[in-house]
Amino acid sequence: MGSQVKFIQGNEVCVEAALYAGLDFFAGYPITPSTEIAEHLAYRLPQAGGKFIQMEDEIASMCAIIGASLTGQKVLTATSGPGFSLMQEALGYAVMAEIPCVIVNVQRGGPSTGIPTHISQGDVNQARWGTHGDHAIIALTASNHQDVFAMTVEAFNMAETYRTPVVLLFDEVVGHMREKLILPQTNEIPLVKRLKTSVDGGVDYHPYLAREDGRLPMSDFGGVHRYNVTGLYHDMWGFPSDNPKIVHGLLRHLVDKIESNADTIARYKEHYLEDAKKVLISYGASARSALHVVNTLRQKGQKYGLLELQTLWPFPHQVIRDRCNGAEHIIVVEMNLGQICREVKNAVDHPDRVFLANRVDGVFINPSDIRQTLRLIQGRGV
Amino acid sequence: MSVKDYIRERFFPHIWCAGCGHGIVLNNLLRAVGGLGMSKNEIVMVSGIGCSSRISGYVDFHTLHTLHGRALAFATGVKLSKPELNVIVPMGDGDALAIGGNHFIHAARRNIAMTAIVMNNRIYGMTGGQYSPLSGPGKLATTAPYRNIDQDFDIVKLAKAAGATFVARTTTYHIQQMADILRQAILHDGFSVVEILSQCPTYFGRRNKLGNAADMMKFFKDNTTPIGSKAKKENPELTERGIFVQNDLPEYCAEYDKIIKKAGGSC
Ligand SMILES: Cc1ncc(C[n+]2csc(CCOP(=O)(O)OP(=O)(O)O)c2C)c(N)n1
Ligand code: SF4
Repeated sequence: MGSQVKFIQGNEVCVEAALYAGLDFFAGYPITPSTEIAEHLAYRLPQAGGKFIQMEDEIASMCAIIGASLTGQKVLTATSGPGFSLMQEALGYAVMAEIPCVIVNVQRGGPSTGIPTHISQGDVNQARWGTHGDHAIIALTASNHQDVFAMTVEAFNMAETYRTPVVLLFDEVVGHMREKLILPQTNEIPLVKRLKTSVDGGVDYHPYLAREDGRLPMSDFGGVHRYNVTGLYHDMWGFPSDNPKIVHGLLRHLVDKIESNADTIARYKEHYLEDAKKVLISYGASARSALHVVNTLRQKGQKYGLLELQTLWPFPHQVIRDRCNGAEHIIVVEMNLGQICREVKNAVDHPDRVFLANRVDGVFINPSDIRQTLRLIQGRGV
Repeated sequence: MSVKDYIRERFFPHIWCAGCGHGIVLNNLLRAVGGLGMSKNEIVMVSGIGCSSRISGYVDFHTLHTLHGRALAFATGVKLSKPELNVIVPMGDGDALAIGGNHFIHAARRNIAMTAIVMNNRIYGMTGGQYSPLSGPGKLATTAPYRNIDQDFDIVKLAKAAGATFVARTTTYHIQQMADILRQAILHDGFSVVEILSQCPTYFGRRNKLGNAADMMKFFKDNTTPIGSKAKKENPELTERGIFVQNDLPEYCAEYDKIIKKAGGSC
């Protein structure tokens, strides 16, 4: 057993984790601050017998990974804001055709080209609603390298479990900073393999007929079952249909398979919540500063706690209600104009007790930014 | 095997109008495949969105009906991840060369082995007759009520310049040639482009007063000629048919396998 401790960038951690999860195929297009993911995979994937391709744009990248997923591969693409915008149509295709795939968005400041080399968490709602039409999506995030690893593996596992695209919403600080990573041993984290059909060749296989548990066993392109895949509403054979019953049934299936499992999909970390009177809620790089604030306030005997979200979508309403009920104040710490804050207000009984501590100028939110908001809430001025 | 062995009868009748050229392409494509003795399990058809792209639903291969213009990008993922599969990509002229133009030139440049078929009816059929990048100046379309001022592409020249290693053109009138060219295109180890002049009597034909489907096919007969024919020398206005390019150059997936070897991986 060689050295299992590394001191690397967050983007490299994502690469290590994707390889650990069994990544076979990556397609991407360079964009700051995600480019290192493509660069490292161009080097590492062929060593593992996998395939890397730099496509002509992010639209093509997203399309290519969907095609590769259908041949039975574990697939990934990585991008940042503008590229994530370009991927939205094909991301919706992956939702509709139920294609397991993972999309990393290392967030930068937007809209438009925005502020490429600086931090933001402005794409939280885009991850939820970027593609057109009603749908459900899974989006995960992380605040430190050990968690970037864990969440990346989770993303591959959830993509297979729910036959869905999973978005990894990292940010410029987590992506670019260097810190310690302890590489998990082989088999230390369970990996979800693709669920394949047990139907024999020559027997009618229904690629889009869900089992009782809502899962749909797949068959690889090139295998014994030939079927149709489409972005149109489709019947159990994957053939286009505008039958109202089929349309309604499929939309409900696409949404319910994720929303009704929100509790299972919810990943979060709790710090001092048992007796907390005031709760900070944060995620991604912002949660680092939030944790620092909570740690120092606890040392002074003040009953603050932190709920760090790792699953952003489906939004863990129940977790928020359970952990924040009875809190005098809830302070959401994020680097946007309140995208998660809005969800928290929707989740709790007393939205008037929810406050936003944020920063949207491309500068990392630091503990004193948060403390300033806490002072304001207490009516102490700044 | 007969054409019937390659279709999904369950999904007929098809959606095409009477006289549409796309059905003729379907028939001859299946005749071409039938002559190759490939297993249906080895063939993947990837298409985009348009009347032409609906072809993928009717064939008994692995079929991937994707997004408008993106078929070649999806197909690149299928092919690179499983190079042993034969990938056929039928597209409309708008699909391949307007919204999908970028993917078209880059797939050609990479020389990734797949067969791109452009069913060129010079109009957007599915959306009801708007002009396409192949309509050409002077033509009428719902979005060109005063006649079109857009210059058109020459698909053969474009494919050649972009690096496709097999480039051919035929029409829905010349069905023997179509089947023969498609057979060679599918066997070609590289990116092959086959432009098939096809008729949309419903929109292009009617609006431009080109008569019915038979009249439009007769137009293909009268206005095209084999590459380098005497007729072409006498009448340079004629459109040439046949195989323009057939080169043997390094294929993308094979080149990537070399990368894997170089990196010390095994494939
Ligand atoms: C992103 C996007 N833009 C526009 C459309 C609408 N649309 C569907 S098919 C089509 C054009 C079809 O024309 P062509 O590709 O030439 O094929 P044909 O129908 O003539 O066979 C258009 C514009 C779409 N489906 N998606
Ligand atoms: S509209 Fe034109 S292209 Fe579409 S099916 Fe009818 S004839 Fe064919």
